[in-house]
Amino acid sequence: MNWHAIRAIYAFEMARTFRTLAQSVVSPVLSTVLYFVVFGAAIGGRIQSVEGIGYGAFIVPGLIMLTLLQQSVTNASFGIYFPKFIGTIYELLSAPVSFVEIVIGYVGAAATKAIAVALIILATATFFVDLQIDHPVWMVAFLLLTAVSFSLLGFIIGIWAGNFEQLQLIPLLVITPLVFLGGAFYSVSMLPETWQTVTRFNPVLYLVSGFRWSFFGVADVPVGTSIAAVSLFLALCLGLIGVIFRTGWRIRQ
Amino acid sequence: MPAIISVRSLGKTYAGGVIALSDVSLNIEQGEILALLGPNGAGKTTLISAICGLVVPDCGQVTVAGHDIARDWRAARAMIGLVPQEITIEPFERVINTVRFSRGLFGKPPDEAHIEKVLRALSLWDKRKARNMELSGGMKRRVLIAKALSHEPRILFLDEPTAGVDVTLRRDMWALVRRLRDDGVTIILTTHYIEEAEEMADRIGVINHGRLLLVEDKTKLMKHMGRKTLRLELQEPVEQVPQALAPYGLRIEEDGRVLVFGYDTRAGRTGITRLLADLAAAGISVRDLDTEQSSLEQIFLTLVEESA
Repeated sequence: MNWHAIRAIYAFEMARTFRTLAQSVVSPVLSTVLYFVVFGAAIGGRIQSVEGIGYGAFIVPGLIMLTLLQQSVTNASFGIYFPKFIGTIYELLSAPVSFVEIVIGYVGAAATKAIAVALIILATATFFVDLQIDHPVWMVAFLLLTAVSFSLLGFIIGIWAGNFEQLQLIPLLVITPLVFLGGAFYSVSMLPETWQTVTRFNPVLYLVSGFRWSFFGVADVPVGTSIAAVSLFLALCLGLIGVIFRTGWRIRQ
Repeated sequence: MPAIISVRSLGKTYAGGVIALSDVSLNIEQGEILALLGPNGAGKTTLISAICGLVVPDCGQVTVAGHDIARDWRAARAMIGLVPQEITIEPFERVINTVRFSRGLFGKPPDEAHIEKVLRALSLWDKRKARNMELSGGMKRRVLIAKALSHEPRILFLDEPTAGVDVTLRRDMWALVRRLRDDGVTIILTTHYIEEAEEMADRIGVINHGRLLLVEDKTKLMKHMGRKTLRLELQEPVEQVPQALAPYGLRIEEDGRVLVFGYDTRAGRTGITRLLADLAAAGISVRDLDTEQSSLEQIFLTLVEESA
């Protein structure tokens, strides 16, 4: 294993975060504060509680998950797409570094950044609502699993993307709607039965539900199903990455 | 000298049917400077890319110091530094971090003393904290070289290293390449500039349409370059060369109005004086004369035209 290479990629990517601190950290925190103001204060004032939890606190896991997913996908996709775009990928491809090492470096950095932002949002939320975390170990596990899985997805998007528009396509048109429709701001039980059934096909529901369970001990779907769903997604992404690297799809000529 | 790179029957056809490499075989000797000459699209960059792992060849084999680039790619690539043709560099990162990144990527532990040595050798030390985008084109090219040298490679590929570079910087780069060669680094450079190949190379390879047309020791090629031609413009055209002048191997041109004589400038006797005397004896009057030096460029152009 070329640990020096993994370290170099990881450090290089993390350095980019510090260069763009406002974009990387301040922007998602500001967005979350706005969500709290709009959903927590304005709408939350009319919804006293959901499943026995104050509405402001209820939406915190969903908000964190929204940011975690967006950050994971965006960081990882940009991380690998930018070297492709400016041409510096030649160095990665000519270096004695395996694809596994490249993925560990890029996905590791993307997941780290996403988790850091998620934790900052969690800390920010404590200024607005009283929070409890019933299962902190599972909360960390969900954070890790989700960040890694969606960073892998972001990495795949970054390799697939041929331009910046395509790079934004999945996060904007797929991830964000799925999070909004995945119970980030409501309990699925509040929906009509037909929509409850439809929502169960949304993979993000299982992430939000499991993550919320780690906070309050209540969930829309059994927590075991949530863990199985995120694990399956992780395996799917790893499989796809494996195929991409074996075939050199969109990487080597 | 032993071959540090061995290329055997390498072939590559890109999607769309463009044949970039066709049955290329080549040995590159340890410690030499090999210049690859060829027009645009000849296959120079593809050959380099295939050796460095950027392009997957369709057929053939490449070994680097005995390591097969497909099976033992990690050992092979660790020995190679590549300076690409295009200036591709992370614009927002600082010079020194860019170079450190390359060293780590090639599996080397941090070594600030070596990074400093490389940056100083390339006159970049004072710019080490500058962002890459703040540098001039020539400096960016030097950063690319610094990145390639950061992991102490035994082999350095320079793909058009002086394209668009001013004369002073070009001379500096040539001096650097020579120093690297003196340190035992094997250097393969592609270039459009014949002068560069003449100045730098121990051997010269000519490639066109994906085929390696020639790999020759530069001194042997210089022998060809030592050939000159004497063009004799005649007062009256001749239909054929008189039998008495046959030993000179004269060639008739321009409907008999010009006779061309080839000779070696480094030979003890060129034969010009005797030729002029024999022409006079044969009753052929010379109106004017002119000499032409055959150059590497002419050799190159002839080879390229013949292969077209």
